[in-house]
Amino acid sequence: MSGTTQELDARGLNCPLPILRAKKALNQLQSGQTLRIRATDPGSVKDFDAFCKSTGNELVSSEQNGGEYVFQIRKH
Amino acid sequence: MPNAAEKLSGGISSELLQKHGAALDAWFDERFAKKLKEVEDTKTPSLAIIATKGTMDWAYPPFILASTASALGWDVSVFFTFYGLELLRKELNLEVSPLGNPGMPMKMPFGPEWFQGINWNIPNAVMAGVPGFEKLATTLMKKTVRNNGVATIQELRDVCVEVGVNLVACQMTVDLFGYKREDFIPEVRDWIGAASFLPIAQKSDVCLFI
Repeated sequence: MSGTTQELDARGLNCPLPILRAKKALNQLQSGQTLRIRATDPGSVKDFDAFCKSTGNELVSSEQNGGEYVFQIRKH
Repeated sequence: MPNAAEKLSGGISSELLQKHGAALDAWFDERFAKKLKEVEDTKTPSLAIIATKGTMDWAYPPFILASTASALGWDVSVFFTFYGLELLRKELNLEVSPLGNPGMPMKMPFGPEWFQGINWNIPNAVMAGVPGFEKLATTLMKKTVRNNGVATIQELRDVCVEVGVNLVACQMTVDLFGYKREDFIPEVRDWIGAASFLPIAQKSDVCLFI
């Protein structure tokens, strides 16, 4: 189903775990579905940008909320 | 007798070339650039790593890079040779040594913040004389890793195995150090030598010696 959002809690994890967990979660999704990731690693902002660019998935949003980073990735 | 220009341009007459040469060149350049980009865009990037170190700190770079590259969709091969073979053992028993490692900070991963901030400047010569110093350093490093939410080596290796990173081991080292193949994880894909790994490295976009 398109538009479904899956949640991934990557808080407290450091490079490269948020990316690895996200990749694993994306594998379970179908094209068009969205993964919402919460992270605390400041490096994940650039990492998720680079990850999406090279995997062809769409980085729908990348926000900072206090000490937390929230990303939404739509599977390619 | 065909002239040189005709030979070079595959049958296009020199008269035609003279008339349209510049336009043909421009057409070719544009088309060539487009084709190149097409090839580049559809190509799966590849990474080849040569892992030669068997301590806990040196185990991180190959496994972090291999697992991340595979998450990016790259083809990844890691050739484990010499002490790097320790990273493929069924039971990982990696230690870290501050000896000969002057860049390694010695900080305590517990206690109040001011205490954790102290870099214990212990001379190498003193460390060498203290029995069990490496065990202590390893314990402290593991605690630091846990405190910071950094993956364990086991975790990163499991990811590599799960996503099918091509893990290959150096047969010569196995013979040299008297190891048995049963000592290592069954996911080792092949037992090879330099002559088999070099062609993999040659075709890879990124090749790293660690």
